[in-house]
Amino acid sequence: MTYKGKIIKYGDNIDTDVIIPARYLNTSDHKELAAHCMEDLDKTFVTRVRPGDIIAAGANFGCGSSREHAPIAIKASGVSLVIAESFARIFYRNAINIGLAIVECPEAAKALAEGDTVEADMDSGIIRDITTGREFKAAPFPEFIQKIIAGGGLMQSIADGAIG
Amino acid sequence: MGMTMTQKILAAHSGNETVEAGRLILADLDLVLGNDITSPVAIKEFKKLGKDSVFDKDKVTMVMDHFVPNKDIKAAEQCRVCRGFCSENEITHFYDVGQMGIEHALLPEKGLVTAGDCVIGADSHTCTYGAVGAFSTGVGSTDMAAGMATGKAWFKVPDAMKIELTGAPGRCVSGKDVILHIIGRIGVDGALYRSMEFTGEGLKRMTMDDRFCIANMAIEAGAKNGIFEVDDITVEYLRLHGAKKPVIYKADDDAHYEETLSIDLSKLEPTVAFPHLPGNTKTFAEIGDVPVDQVVIGSCTNGRLSDLRIAAEILRGRKCAKGIRVIIIPATQQIYLDAVNQGLIKVFIEAGAAVSTPTCGPCLGGYMGVLAEGERAVTTTNRNFVGRMGHPGSEVYLASPATAAASAVAGRLADPREI
Repeated sequence: MTYKGKIIKYGDNIDTDVIIPARYLNTSDHKELAAHCMEDLDKTFVTRVRPGDIIAAGANFGCGSSREHAPIAIKASGVSLVIAESFARIFYRNAINIGLAIVECPEAAKALAEGDTVEADMDSGIIRDITTGREFKAAPFPEFIQKIIAGGGLMQSIADGAIG
Repeated sequence: MGMTMTQKILAAHSGNETVEAGRLILADLDLVLGNDITSPVAIKEFKKLGKDSVFDKDKVTMVMDHFVPNKDIKAAEQCRVCRGFCSENEITHFYDVGQMGIEHALLPEKGLVTAGDCVIGADSHTCTYGAVGAFSTGVGSTDMAAGMATGKAWFKVPDAMKIELTGAPGRCVSGKDVILHIIGRIGVDGALYRSMEFTGEGLKRMTMDDRFCIANMAIEAGAKNGIFEVDDITVEYLRLHGAKKPVIYKADDDAHYEETLSIDLSKLEPTVAFPHLPGNTKTFAEIGDVPVDQVVIGSCTNGRLSDLRIAAEILRGRKCAKGIRVIIIPATQQIYLDAVNQGLIKVFIEAGAAVSTPTCGPCLGGYMGVLAEGERAVTTTNRNFVGRMGHPGSEVYLASPATAAASAVAGRLADPREI
């Protein structure tokens, strides 16, 4: 799987309360959640995010609440991939389960700059910053994770017989 | 190599003699939990599988606690989805308004978790049940759906951090101060992907309510779970609450820990986490004048009877400071009733506090105490991220019930030892 888009850059400990504030958790409608994604951290996110864009962030991305609404909001915003130095564990699990591609790569997460165009091939784990020409190596997704993400999430993949 | 408590429970639930950190296992679940926020998403996912019913109607539980009594029409619709699903599936342990409590206070109180259990919940504070010696961890709605369908969940066996408690805590130092101290020391990702295993002779100085509070906030250090060694205090609690017979797992002497933390309880002081991270802790020697607009005493972290008693001790015969709003929320109906019978609610109302039916409401900025821009709250809840209790320009200070009650009287962040 290859992802290509512009980088939107954030810092450490981006928690699920800023990814999708609890005041919007009275719905699970994907579009509605996307409309408030990152609202308490970055009001410009929803207007500038373009389909395919890639979030690059620091350590412990997605810490806090177990709300699956957080990766759903990011995915529904059009973000194709999140690269971080590390992820909080519940977020990591949730992202894969709902089919949002995520990868831990501290070198890339630190070096990628806002607005850079990046191409990431998650079969090989190669992350290429087209703007700067730099290249980074992450661990490729194991096969079952590739299948879940490609299949649109855990339940869809089970239902389709892609994994089981 | 030996195993930790967590590793032993995971081995026993996955049909393995032994497991080691890093191994992927499929574990049998004793309980699958959801609430009114996470369950509707799980139910939607569950329906994709086309299964007729849940794996075991006694082992799936839903608690309506976050936005109930319904805060708005959308919240009401979400509860209706849960209610309908639980009725169709004849779920035994469905808790709605009038019977409910905040899930992590309610489940142990109802005897639904016991030592040695393997539990998942679609709420990050599911790690609370480590206090009774269970492996218990927060997951998302999709994992909850898969758990409801199959009674199983996959886990990566975690590495461990050992936390050895010694000594006895001083005056006005409670479980909340212990866990805030730990998070301050190791950081909000200090235990990322690991289990936190609590042991040591200091445990006997920690009440069950202290242990629930400590295990509850293991997630705020990034941990997969927090778990306490089972002792006489645990066994007596489980007996009193009619829980299943405990299965006690003790860590092997040669169990491997990535890190060991020793904590002398007698050295701890009342501790406060400043905005906007639970790890941003200070003790009162470092705290200046911080005026406060609101105090909240409640939540899955600190809404238990002993928390209310400590607050009442401080508020008895005193008044909340002028201009401060004090909101006190017993965590369950039983706790509420006990607090009424013990005269605590009278103390709160006479002091000028508002008392509410159980709800998670203000902790996550849902309702029942949302903050305006620039306002500050001292609260006994568990998170102080940007916008957690309301406006992104508001501030949340996490503290113990004693510190919160002392702050209510002083109108500023106050050391409970001064009152």
